[in-house]
Amino acid sequence: MAESELLTTCLLAGRIMIESGAEMYRVDDTMTRIAHNGGEAAAVVFTTPTGLFIGSEHSPLVKLGTIRKRTIDMEKVMRVNALSRRFAAGECSLHELHEALIGIDANTPTFPLWLQVVAAAVCSALLMVLFAQQNDWRDLPLAAVAGGAGFYAFAWLDRVTRVQFISSVAGAFVVAALAWLGVRIGIGRSLDNIIIGAVMPLVPGVAITNSIRDMLAGHLVSGMVRGMEAILSAAAIGVGVAVIFRFF
Amino acid sequence: MEILIQASFSYLATVAFAIIINVPRRNLNLAGWAGLIGWMTYWGLMVTVHPGRMLANLLGALAIGLAAMWFARWQKTPVILFTIPGLVPLVPGATAYQAVRALVLGERADAGMYFVRVVLVAGAIAVGFMLAQLVAELMYRTVWRAR
Repeated sequence: MAESELLTTCLLAGRIMIESGAEMYRVDDTMTRIAHNGGEAAAVVFTTPTGLFIGSEHSPLVKLGTIRKRTIDMEKVMRVNALSRRFAAGECSLHELHEALIGIDANTPTFPLWLQVVAAAVCSALLMVLFAQQNDWRDLPLAAVAGGAGFYAFAWLDRVTRVQFISSVAGAFVVAALAWLGVRIGIGRSLDNIIIGAVMPLVPGVAITNSIRDMLAGHLVSGMVRGMEAILSAAAIGVGVAVIFRFF
Repeated sequence: MEILIQASFSYLATVAFAIIINVPRRNLNLAGWAGLIGWMTYWGLMVTVHPGRMLANLLGALAIGLAAMWFARWQKTPVILFTIPGLVPLVPGATAYQAVRALVLGERADAGMYFVRVVLVAGAIAVGFMLAQLVAELMYRTVWRAR
């Protein structure tokens, strides 16, 4: 019974970390550590971005879990890490650890949506200036509006449909439509610059880099899965924008 | 003046992205600094010695990696709290978008060029991080343990 709870706890910790975008070697490491500190020295861990297994070399018991959503949530990664450190230091029992992990999974606070939208707007406008390599002040407001609105459309649809491809297409479409409209009525100048800035909160740049890091670290399966996901989401954004370019 | 604009914009853009991916409030400032350090390394190299896009990205990622490891050790948090937002100005997201757009619009030659650039830049950044890890490990073995 105790062993079963130990493996379940490890599995939950691993699942939360993968869902929140932690690096694979860190997920393996955390799960093995929790198992070790809980008295299971010979734990075997196998993780992929779509499912994970944990078992013990000395018993026939193996637990597996599936992962359906993959986002980036640094607060969760940090909380699981902090908990695992406390468990290692003997400051909490296995049962308390399990309860705390369930709490993290269910209710970790995020920044309010309006703040995220404002952040996406700021991020879009400033990165546009950095990437354009010319001080393109006139396009700043339009890039901010398009970036914020695109991110809002993405976040809203993501909650409704749970299919990331569709929300990415819609987000990119909103970005491109607003940018095109703004340039048409004269409040923006360079359509290309504006769109490149405004899609920045949506593009999978970090995912592409992480997938190559995973592969170099020997996690071939995770590298392929995350890379494929990044390619799909880049394709979705390209499609969303291309609709505008094609017809106008 | 130009340096001030580049520095403040990379800092603020990184903090803004950190808010989107839910970096804990008290780490936002340091995440911004990681982004600033990486972008200023990249941009500074690009406008002064022109080392080429790949080498500049590699050194930028190396700078982010070292800074982030130092921050993580200091704050006792996972290192990705700083590396992921810090990377945002460098990462080839815009290029990936340009590649797909060129492909959809039928400009195959451009699309191929952009795709190759995405893979090369992402690879350079990944190697930069690996070097940062290596340097940190060596420092840990020699400097810190010798104390």
